[in-house]
Amino acid sequence: MAGYILRRLGAAVLVLFAISVLVFLIFFATPGVDPAARIAGKNADPATLEQVRASFGFDRPLPVQYLMMMKHLFVSHDLTSFVNRGTLVIPQIMDAIPVTLSLVVGAAVIWMVLGVAMGTLAGAMRGTLVDPLVMLLGVFGVSLPVYWLGEVVNLITQKELHDSVFSWVPPLGYVPFSQSPGQWALHLLLPWLTLALLYAGIYARLLRGELIQALNEDYVRTARAKGLSERRILLRHALRCSLIPIVSLFGLDFGALVGGAALLTEVVFGLPGVGKLTYQALQNLDLPVIMGAVLYAAFFVVLANAVVDVLYARLDPRVRRA
Amino acid sequence: MSATVNGAVKETGPIPAVAAPVRPSAGPWRQAATRILRNRSALAAGAGLLLIALVCLLAPVYAGSIAHTDPFVSNISGTTVVGGQEVPVLQQSTEGLGLGVTPIGPTGDPAHYLLGADNQGRDVMARLLYGGRNSLLIGISSALLCCALATVLGVLAGYFGGWIDAVLSRFFDVIWAFPVYLLAICLSVVLLTSGLHLGPVHIDAGSLALPIVIIALIYVPYVARPLRGQVMALRGKEFLQAAVGLGASDARIMRREVLPNVLPTVVVFLPLMTALNMLTESALSFLSVGVQSPDASWGTIINDGLALLYTRPMITIAAGLFVALTAVALNVFGDGVRDALDPNARLRGGA
Repeated sequence: MAGYILRRLGAAVLVLFAISVLVFLIFFATPGVDPAARIAGKNADPATLEQVRASFGFDRPLPVQYLMMMKHLFVSHDLTSFVNRGTLVIPQIMDAIPVTLSLVVGAAVIWMVLGVAMGTLAGAMRGTLVDPLVMLLGVFGVSLPVYWLGEVVNLITQKELHDSVFSWVPPLGYVPFSQSPGQWALHLLLPWLTLALLYAGIYARLLRGELIQALNEDYVRTARAKGLSERRILLRHALRCSLIPIVSLFGLDFGALVGGAALLTEVVFGLPGVGKLTYQALQNLDLPVIMGAVLYAAFFVVLANAVVDVLYARLDPRVRRA
Repeated sequence: MSATVNGAVKETGPIPAVAAPVRPSAGPWRQAATRILRNRSALAAGAGLLLIALVCLLAPVYAGSIAHTDPFVSNISGTTVVGGQEVPVLQQSTEGLGLGVTPIGPTGDPAHYLLGADNQGRDVMARLLYGGRNSLLIGISSALLCCALATVLGVLAGYFGGWIDAVLSRFFDVIWAFPVYLLAICLSVVLLTSGLHLGPVHIDAGSLALPIVIIALIYVPYVARPLRGQVMALRGKEFLQAAVGLGASDARIMRREVLPNVLPTVVVFLPLMTALNMLTESALSFLSVGVQSPDASWGTIINDGLALLYTRPMITIAAGLFVALTAVALNVFGDGVRDALDPNARLRGGA
């Protein structure tokens, strides 16, 4: 197990390095415009351009430029925005990370619980009404744009029915957990549910398929022959094996969520997380912020994937030998 | 082979040398087509898709002959007719201080702003139809490009193995580990400011080709990884060794023996990737790094509607419904294609 963990973390470090090189190349070495002009933003004066060139070492060879960028990002933390002059980028990102994590972790808990419950139910009650319902939710899960669903939720809860059913819904925004846990949860409730609903559908559908396959396996027949109750067979034998692919998919989705759907959900619900920060930076082409946010988010995603893989190896010993 | 038993010749081979011609059994593609034609939900989804595509293709007809507007020119001081009366397209706000303007809402009259106007006084319905053309174009062409690239790379990696596989697989790993939206945002931000100039290839900054190429690139590992696995499984098969024994070149083996075996999986991916790519396009356009104005897509229209969500919700709702309906139809149709061609295909994950 220790060997596996070391190997997995080693691979993660390699991927992190590759991603940082890729981002570096995209921003600094794409043929076309002078990278200094990109970083300095629209209509920058020559003095600013000169300053950017000096601080990123654009007259030096590419590997040196790469090291200088990494130093700004991870060692001296002094990457500054040139659109909002003088704003330090890294502290901004650090402030935004708890918001994004609150959103994603909460949603993940809800969707795993909902998804596993619905999937198990659909697998156990094949041919009943639960079945097509889960299938439908699964199709919606992969088809509805999450930011649009968020807007519709906002429209209903903030405007159309705000005076009657949804009068308890607070205005859009975020309250830190340390300030008031109750308000924190209340502000995040609808964003959580919006995100979770779509993913729960996808997971329920996947789990249903896995369960139905597992219930046809020999070991389930053996369990039946032993005289175990149907409920025990489903929960202790079939479900346990069916959860393995779900867990590995969870790692991928959780990561993708931090850098994808959560980004859009934050914009729609006005949550000041990394996604909102990236969105604002995109609106005025604030490249240092985009670069910092992308790298931090990507690094987090890779680490999250590594952690999930290690957990996965604990669940399934076969993985450790792969 | 024949054997002589008691002086009589006993045939043991295929007996009827001349018999009624046996109809060859239908090929796998024909069988799949029959299965899809029997799948009612897939057929309904396919019909829905055709309908949406047709309506979007007819956008110029709607804008020119029915609504008589140009959906790409702002119409801030124009007027239109509602219930026989002439009213301005952008009305003075009645709320608050009375500053600012509110575009006209849905009129229910196809000739005069059926779904209302956006904040520049442009006909929302006409823009939706034109935007749909771009959304569909980007979804379909990036899915085709992505699947073609992934097939080439996946077959090469799986067939040759060795260092080619090692390099390509690491490449897939890195892109796979990179959150797709962030990668797309990086590429878009850089390319949208300056366009792409690679040797003889020149793509202008506002061109639709940029989102197509970017979206196709970021999803290559999704398709290439499962294909690589399939090809690796094929490598040990006897028919491939037979082809090697006949002296066929690598190129010929890949084209004539390997490709036909992985093609069903590629076809299964196509509608599902089209849905995914269309959703990605709308998300990127929503973030303003996809389709650039004056062009429109469903994503940019949802973005336009964001500021008017509480006053004129129809802009957002209608555009989102178009995206959602198309994506649902594509996914249902794609599920039908998968059931018909390759029921055991593992489409998500795959590694």
